[in-house]
Amino acid sequence: MANHTEHPDYVGHIIPASRYVVIWAILVVGTAITVFAATLELGVFNIVLALLIATIKGTLVVLFFMHLRYSTKLTMVTVIASIFWLFILFSLTMTDYITRAWSTNIGH
Amino acid sequence: MATSEIQVAERALQHHFADMDQQKETSTFGMWMFLLTEIMFFGGLFCAYLVYRASYYHAFVEGSQKMNIWLGATNTAVLICSSLTMALGVRAAQMAKPKLMIVLLLITIVFGFGFLGIKAVEYHEHWVNHEFPGPNFHFETGDPAHPATDPQHTEIYFSLYWAMTGLHALHMIIGVGLVTWIVIVGARGAFTPEYYNPVENVGLYWHFVDLVWIYLFPLLYLISHKHGG
Repeated sequence: MANHTEHPDYVGHIIPASRYVVIWAILVVGTAITVFAATLELGVFNIVLALLIATIKGTLVVLFFMHLRYSTKLTMVTVIASIFWLFILFSLTMTDYITRAWSTNIGH
Repeated sequence: MATSEIQVAERALQHHFADMDQQKETSTFGMWMFLLTEIMFFGGLFCAYLVYRASYYHAFVEGSQKMNIWLGATNTAVLICSSLTMALGVRAAQMAKPKLMIVLLLITIVFGFGFLGIKAVEYHEHWVNHEFPGPNFHFETGDPAHPATDPQHTEIYFSLYWAMTGLHALHMIIGVGLVTWIVIVGARGAFTPEYYNPVENVGLYWHFVDLVWIYLFPLLYLISHKHGG
């Protein structure tokens, strides 16, 4: 066990408690901003802003609360793959639904 | 490392792993693979939401106006607080503080029940207002700008609302059960800084459920700016 201190960072990396509290504070402020932003009349940008804030909050949860920042590359690839497949699900489905109206126009 | 810790570690190491580090890495990877399937599971519902929201936007706005934003925002905050106590609980397990871990996980459970309680209040409100899809569903269109909004399309919004928040609430109930299990096993001294994989993985599950809600809240409650009452 001579090289005990040379363990890679990902094995039981302990994040300082203060960092968790900072992330928590950002998440609470982010929630308040989301609710406030929903009272503004921004048209299509209401949803853009809401999803942007949600994604920032989600990224912080995944990176710090879920320790992804301190995980192995294999775990990071797994997470990126899940987002990638989620977007395949969304984009291929919407490619169908958005273009259905086009084909009816061609028929006329 | 104390002798007792070595014994716990030896008991915890399964024979098919070379060492504790490899076991830990494999366990985390396996949990993330499971969460990947969970993301795709919820992803199907999010995709259905995307399709119908794109088709019946005004009906979705009308439905979302019936949501109680303050209860929803409070629940978001409750979940974020529970994620903090969960993360600190995992940290306590990493630092060989089993008593602190148990206290933090018990607080997490209390937050979990708090979330489910607030959700139950909301569900009750929707139920008595006939906002549950089915034969008793009733919806008066209240938007003079779009009087032609079809109540059936709003019913689709409420179907997705109940399905998505219901599946999320089911995950919360399972999560509370898992955290309770960790508290019971942890009280028997099962976890050490060398072996706390179940604590880590239940933590990952809990944060994932929080993550789903972070998206559900704006998508279901805050579709358009809140107009009128």
